[in-house]
Amino acid sequence: MTPFNLTQFYADWATILPECFLLLWACVITGAAVMGRTDESKSGTFAIWTIIGTLATAVWVAVTQDGAAFGGTFVFDRLAVVFKEIILAGVILTAAASVGTVSRLRAHRGEYYGMILFSAVGMMLMVSATELLTLYIALELSTVTLFVLAAYHKTNRKSAEAGLKYVILGGISSAILLYGVAILYGLTGTTELAKISQEIQRQFMGSGSFPPGLALALLLILAGFGFKLALAPFHMWAPDVYEGAPTPITAFLSVASKAAALAAFLRVFFVGGQPAQLIWIQAIAALAALAMIVGNATAIVQTNIKRMLAYSSVAQIGYMLVGAVALDPWGATSISYYAMAYLFANMGAFVCVIAFAERTGSEEISDFSGLSRRSPILAGFFALFLLSLAGVPPTAGFLAKYYVFAAAIQKGYLWLVLVGVATSVVALYYYATVIMKMYFPSEQTEGGFPVARTLTIVLAVSALGVLLLGIIPGPVVDWIKAAAQSFVPPT
Amino acid sequence: MEGIGLIHYLTLSAVVFCIGVFGMLTRRNAIGVLMSIELMFNAVNITLVAFARYVTPATITGQVVAIFTIAVAAAEATVALAIVLLIYQHHRGIDVDRINFMKW
Repeated sequence: MTPFNLTQFYADWATILPECFLLLWACVITGAAVMGRTDESKSGTFAIWTIIGTLATAVWVAVTQDGAAFGGTFVFDRLAVVFKEIILAGVILTAAASVGTVSRLRAHRGEYYGMILFSAVGMMLMVSATELLTLYIALELSTVTLFVLAAYHKTNRKSAEAGLKYVILGGISSAILLYGVAILYGLTGTTELAKISQEIQRQFMGSGSFPPGLALALLLILAGFGFKLALAPFHMWAPDVYEGAPTPITAFLSVASKAAALAAFLRVFFVGGQPAQLIWIQAIAALAALAMIVGNATAIVQTNIKRMLAYSSVAQIGYMLVGAVALDPWGATSISYYAMAYLFANMGAFVCVIAFAERTGSEEISDFSGLSRRSPILAGFFALFLLSLAGVPPTAGFLAKYYVFAAAIQKGYLWLVLVGVATSVVALYYYATVIMKMYFPSEQTEGGFPVARTLTIVLAVSALGVLLLGIIPGPVVDWIKAAAQSFVPPT
Repeated sequence: MEGIGLIHYLTLSAVVFCIGVFGMLTRRNAIGVLMSIELMFNAVNITLVAFARYVTPATITGQVVAIFTIAVAAAEATVALAIVLLIYQHHRGIDVDRINFMKW
């Protein structure tokens, strides 16, 4: 037992300050809403200011504090900074995009923002957790609130159904993940990732063979993460939940929650599981290939735009994990860059769906026909985001795909890259079909409509992100690369 | 071989976990599915406390993780039951086979 040390105490709490700040205001917003003290527009504005405040606090912590806190269970390193910025950007765009959706809810409007903030606290803790219990609790905090949010349209059957499917699959995935964690703990006697890595090195590297228990543990953890990331073949819940949940929540799920799970994945496998890479690296390559094939092939036949984007995001996760097979700083950099590019493109695409559905009440792909006449701005934005998801230059999506493929080729995974390139062509087909429908309709549809102001701002910010990341990636890549080098152990 | 050892607890937990997986796949009642998930969590708890007792008797990490798991599972069950209630209001039943408004 180490004696109490006041300086250490302050340093620990200073490191976790952004989360504390966010948690406090999440409680205030939820509490005020429960007691009926606020109207929803105030809650929304308040939530956005809270996130801006959290961002500022996070920047302050990043500048003044460094390294591990709470006995090494929580770390505020450069990787955490990168992913916290991604998550907070996702949260702020989600909150801004929710304004219209929330105003149409019959009740519990203020709590909606509170739930989003609670979920954000969980995600932020998750990217900083370097210990499996902390990671698990953070993961649960972010997903349990997302269960609530998925079922938030109480009067809508689809939303309730999305909630039920998500809560069941989420529970199963947590149990599977936790079983893996328990076995890993049994084998190594610790839950701290750095020590797990040392233990695996010490116990098993000398013998040259790995015990089946270790393989089981790592594969169970991989399956658990597979559920959270909606990676094929663990993606069955994603299309239903994405379709049924309120669209801003779908965007939030597909962007922020995935970014957080990805960061946790990087920590668990690049740090903790790194000495046992022989076990899991082939599994990840196979899952990535499967996700790219299944996601893209199923997306082609979808008629609902949210379902199409759901399957496309299954494929996108496959592309991100192509970078994971490299298992070096460059691989981690490519994944993080991809997550950032994906944040803006996918968020933008879903906000386009929100803007379209708000005016037309439809989410069918066929109804997008002739959108370029009805709302040129919306059609332009949507085309840009779809092209970025497809990976067409000069958007961020192109460079992101290039980086992950380059990282995999360096390690000799040519077959995986070939699968990736082939499926990208398939992906381009269904994204381009939507764009063709918008710009070259078979019959004319009438009725122009404007886009709500807040949504236009969100769209503009996302478009700016997609283009800036695509045209001048240098500073961002350098920033992420420094982060990746600081946490991936040298091989 | 004397008495009950680590391997027995691990076997027990593996069996309970498999019963949970089986129940989750075969139960048609939403509450039954949730109970199966609880079984899976409890299997994990058995594993955790068994490892804590036999692998790291000096520390209590395993027990702490188990306590947290129980609390988290309770929170999750609360939300899950609320959603099941919501489903009941929409469908007048909680048979998961009938809740297929959206196709897989």
